[in-house]
Amino acid sequence: MATEKRDKEEEEVKTDDGSLKIKPRPIVQLGIFLVAHSPVFSVVFSAAGVLALLILPLLAKNTYISENALMPGSARSMLSNRDVSDGSKLVKDIKNYRLNHEGQGVEVQKLIGKYMSEMGAEVYYQKFHPEGNQFHPLHFFSGPDSYTLLDNVSCASYGVNVAGIIRAPRGDGKESIVLVTPYDFINGGDYEALSLGITGTLFSLLARVTWLSKDIIWLVADSRYGDYRPVAAWLTEYHSPSFKDSDLLKCGELNTADKFRRAGTMAAALVLKVDGRSERFEDTLSIYAEASNGQMPNLDLINVVNYLAVHRQGFYVKVEKVVSLLSSSWLKIIGEIFEAVGKLAHTLNPDWNFGIPTADYLEGSATLASSLYSQALGIPTGPHGAFRDYQVDAITLKVSPRFPPDSKTRQHDFFLRGAKLLEGTIRSVNNLLEKFHQSFFLYLLTSPSKFISVGVYMIAFALLVASLPMVAASLYIDGCKALNNSTLNPAGNFKSWKWLDAAKQVFALHLFGLIVTLLPYFICQVPGQHSPSNRSIMWGTTSSSLLLITFATIPGCSPFSSRRHGTNWAVLKSVTISAAFIGLCLMSIINFATAEIGALLLVPTCLIVQPIKPALRSRRIKSLLGAFCSMVLLTIGFPVMLFAISKGLFGEGLVGLSLGGEFWTWLESLWAWKSATYLYIGMVHLPCWLLCLCILFHPS
Amino acid sequence: MASLIRSWIPLLILQSFLVAIAFGSKEAEEFSEALLLKPLPDRKVLAHFHFENRAPPSNSHGRHHHLFPKAISQLVQKFRVKEMELSFTQGRWNHEHWGGFDPLSSMNAKPVGVELWAVFDVPQSQVDTSWKNLTHALSGLFCASINFLESSTSYAAPTWGFGTNSDKLRYGSLPREAVCTENLTPWLKLLPCRDKDGISALMNRPSVYRGFYHSQRLHLSTVESGQEGLGSGIVLEQTLTVVLQPETTSVETNMQPSWSLSSLFGRKVVGSCVLAKSSNVYLQLEGRLGHESKNVDTEIEAHKLWKNADFDLSLKPDRVLRESSSLLFIFDIDKSSDSEPFDLGLTWKLPSKWSCQQAPLQATRFLMGSGNERGAIAILLKATESQEKLPGRVVTDGRCTIKANIFQIFPWYVKVYYHTLQIFVDQQQKTDCEVLKKINVSPSTDKVSSGMLEMMLELPCEVKSAAISIEYDKGFLHIDEYPPDANQGFDIPSALISFPSHHASLDFQEELSKSPLLSSFKEKSLVRSYTEVLLVPLTTPDFSMPYNVITITCTIFALYFGSLLNVLRRRIGEEERFLKSQAGKKTFGLKQLLSRLTAKIRGRPIEPPSSDSPAAQSSFLSSKLIFKIILVAGAAAAWQYFSTDN
Repeated sequence: MATEKRDKEEEEVKTDDGSLKIKPRPIVQLGIFLVAHSPVFSVVFSAAGVLALLILPLLAKNTYISENALMPGSARSMLSNRDVSDGSKLVKDIKNYRLNHEGQGVEVQKLIGKYMSEMGAEVYYQKFHPEGNQFHPLHFFSGPDSYTLLDNVSCASYGVNVAGIIRAPRGDGKESIVLVTPYDFINGGDYEALSLGITGTLFSLLARVTWLSKDIIWLVADSRYGDYRPVAAWLTEYHSPSFKDSDLLKCGELNTADKFRRAGTMAAALVLKVDGRSERFEDTLSIYAEASNGQMPNLDLINVVNYLAVHRQGFYVKVEKVVSLLSSSWLKIIGEIFEAVGKLAHTLNPDWNFGIPTADYLEGSATLASSLYSQALGIPTGPHGAFRDYQVDAITLKVSPRFPPDSKTRQHDFFLRGAKLLEGTIRSVNNLLEKFHQSFFLYLLTSPSKFISVGVYMIAFALLVASLPMVAASLYIDGCKALNNSTLNPAGNFKSWKWLDAAKQVFALHLFGLIVTLLPYFICQVPGQHSPSNRSIMWGTTSSSLLLITFATIPGCSPFSSRRHGTNWAVLKSVTISAAFIGLCLMSIINFATAEIGALLLVPTCLIVQPIKPALRSRRIKSLLGAFCSMVLLTIGFPVMLFAISKGLFGEGLVGLSLGGEFWTWLESLWAWKSATYLYIGMVHLPCWLLCLCILFHPS
Repeated sequence: MASLIRSWIPLLILQSFLVAIAFGSKEAEEFSEALLLKPLPDRKVLAHFHFENRAPPSNSHGRHHHLFPKAISQLVQKFRVKEMELSFTQGRWNHEHWGGFDPLSSMNAKPVGVELWAVFDVPQSQVDTSWKNLTHALSGLFCASINFLESSTSYAAPTWGFGTNSDKLRYGSLPREAVCTENLTPWLKLLPCRDKDGISALMNRPSVYRGFYHSQRLHLSTVESGQEGLGSGIVLEQTLTVVLQPETTSVETNMQPSWSLSSLFGRKVVGSCVLAKSSNVYLQLEGRLGHESKNVDTEIEAHKLWKNADFDLSLKPDRVLRESSSLLFIFDIDKSSDSEPFDLGLTWKLPSKWSCQQAPLQATRFLMGSGNERGAIAILLKATESQEKLPGRVVTDGRCTIKANIFQIFPWYVKVYYHTLQIFVDQQQKTDCEVLKKINVSPSTDKVSSGMLEMMLELPCEVKSAAISIEYDKGFLHIDEYPPDANQGFDIPSALISFPSHHASLDFQEELSKSPLLSSFKEKSLVRSYTEVLLVPLTTPDFSMPYNVITITCTIFALYFGSLLNVLRRRIGEEERFLKSQAGKKTFGLKQLLSRLTAKIRGRPIEPPSSDSPAAQSSFLSSKLIFKIILVAGAAAAWQYFSTDN
């Protein structure tokens, strides 16, 4: 006690000579104040961050058409019964052909090609190889041009796309609009053929209208190998063709060499799919917009489609939502609270109308959660994702008719309405002089007609993250003091280098994270066929042995090392939090949704974690509770665990044994889509999680 | 009838007056009009209006002209234009269906927008000045923004790639220029009869602009007289090429649509322009039709030519001419009158199919790459079906080759890396020396001049396809250099592909080729085709947010100047001394507060204060403050509540 007092006095004297007498600036004062009360503020800020996230459905604004040139629905539809009968005939022809013939040929493609050329379009066929991009660590962020043709292409499996181009009669050919209908020429069902009918109807109209100013490309993508791959292959050929000789061209009897045609810069793309029967009374239209790494098309495109579908054609429009959230009771309670608060505010001032009914709140949050999740995952939700790589705004429209596919009478009406919707959208895009730029690119949807712009949703993230630097600063001050006290020799000269030991440890673990991130590439290079679970076991063992090596070689890195080498846990935690802060902020620039979800997981863990030994020793309820919380959070924070929980949340069954395999497959899909979420998990989340683990088992 | 005569009288007087004047001078000014109609294989009809105005060399024509437009002759004299061509085009020429190897397409298939080239007869140093003045003059004359070609970033001086070898040639094009009636009207004003009489009366604006392709061209060239004292003569050629879709009621898709002049244009020809020396209507039928009849000797066979099982002409042609693959019916419209208008019609009876002769290689151009940083331009040359049949192959060193010139202008913001030029022939990459015979590059200078690339390729005759790609970087523009609608992207003008060893000509074996249209067809013209205009999306600032920009700039300025002033003006030693003296004099409380704060930072219990009063005071102050805040908030809430109630 006496030494402490003397110490204090010494410090007092030290500071007295210098800055103590000068009143610090208000901003510095504020900083000192925040740092001094960091525990309170961190709790307040984190709680506010979570609350801000929960309140987002209330803050959603109604969408509006921002670009005046679009003028959706202002022109009368020119579709006639003749067009519809053309489209119906195409569907009938294809069905008949498919009934009578079986096999691998390209006759169905030729049938569609013949239809297109009868309409007056320029038709060509494109062969593509079903195998997509391979993971390569160095090509992670490079553009789509890094795609290289495989050298030894086998003719055993290849797909054939058909595309037709209608040249705008008086246009200058600088821009084009793309229509995509994925169709499996071998196994495609009756519903899928309906999408060809709708587009065929539309194509028949577009071939004779005079108002076109942009060329129209209709791509019938061979979805035998998935929806995405044929579209991506076509786009690669469109934008970065290889002029070199390719073996693929020689496959089959169809000669496609030098037949590829282009039509200028793409203004927008619409992918149309028909699947399943609508559960509702109306025909249902689902809009999918998320492309890779949480990129979204311009909101105006969704607005136009939504406006036309709802107000002109009477579709029931929906966007994807997390169904399990709709029935969750805790969200319902929150919704009721918000409703009550809203009502109260309304009675106080009738202008305050932020309250929404609980049902709306539930719908909004379920949609928002799905929107956040799909953006955070970074995997495109449909073939439209391929267009985003080329800065083309694109969405997928999935239409579910309310009738069975063989109903002839309903089909006519369905074709008419579907084609009218597409016609209106194309007409709007056709009106555009400039590319889409007026409306938002960064937004989250809470319903097809409601959105939250970036300015609103980033508040939640900012609040969550704001507590990190404060806590880091206060911990650093604490840690320095503790070090000063504990070490015998007063290392006053190196006072500012206290963090170096801790930084070394943090750096080592981040390096480890980087290696673990790159490991799958080398595991993929291991010769021989391995099942995903084998690969994940390989990955797990190499990673853990690497971790042990890291702990063994770098002194002071391991949580199990002796006390002398160990750094002060407060300083370590401070540096960890700083690293997490930097990582999260960087990620928020690349993919905001990932950063938001990551912050939700990482921030509480980082804030709450404390060495477990003193807590156990002290046996106070408060510290035991803290230790328990940090244990739980750390368990949840483990990436594999997280994956299992998210699978459970999205209502997919869990198979305990194959979890490793499934996790591997999931990660493989992440890197195959070049999702930055993969990098985030490997290089930010995993190291921070390990560091938190180190702090938890810190021998202090 | 009386009114008709009355209306004719002034014209007759005028004509006789003009004729008198014309005979007075040594050589008369001549004007002739012609219309060529040609059914196209894709069920469309091409109408090509051709007007030629000749001013002979004379020493007087600076001041006075009988027929020749004064505006043009003044232009020629003022800027000493040797040759000039200006074209306004809307729509794209379909090389596949409308042909690419006849004089009509090689001369009239023009790039979208405005294209202007001119050769001057001035010293080299004055060429640019003359060009700039010329663009302004033309801009005023044709109600178009041709004056944008004045800027040195928009035009180039091709040396040999353009086809005309001259170092006094300037070339520029404006792909974004919209073409409409406001450009046609001044063009028509140059004609002696305007669009009031003769063939030009057919130019009903709605039907002309409803077409799939519309190109209005003005070509003038000076003819040196060779005589001392005489000036030079001028030949002004004005053409309008439209491709129209005849309205058809038949549902049969393989049947060619029948049409007549009145159904195409909504008007009929009532007599020729009286000032025209010749006014003819030609109908050219291509392909299979020409081969059928070898002899036109007898009257019956001649009759068969225009009334047969395939098709039916509504009028009897005055003459029929033959070429290797096509038939030409000539009609004289002098005989037509108000009561008996000239309304040529073509009725198809049987489905017929033919194809146009195409250029040896069909060129397409497209952009490669994605993103706002880099990209590549690729030109793809594909062999057409008619390639083997064409003459003009050059055999050098035992190798048969096709020559192709490529001429391309790059705006400066497309920064081309010329070393990345790659040439692929039939999917095999070729080194430059193998196929590249000649190349001329003038790199662009930022904001000063545009880049230009001229290439001569020598491709083997059996070539199937050839591809040329060249990479570029996208530049940044200054905020005030962005055009309106900058978010549309920026245009790269069309490239010109010409085939120097191929020449298109149509020789109808007419000895007395009086018609200027036919004689222009007879001349060998270079086969050329223009590629598409490309649209390059560049990075654009957010123009709709000037407020944000202003706010951010102001904040940065404030921060910068504030801290700079602080650093410059503050004397820290002085301040400290002042504060020390202040501290000595003043409050005990400040020190107390600060020590409390530092104590709190260190997380230690607050020292027992030396006197109780300041702490008590401060706590009292804070509770008082909180009370005040609550009071004000309550008052505000009450006020809000009651004010809205009323």
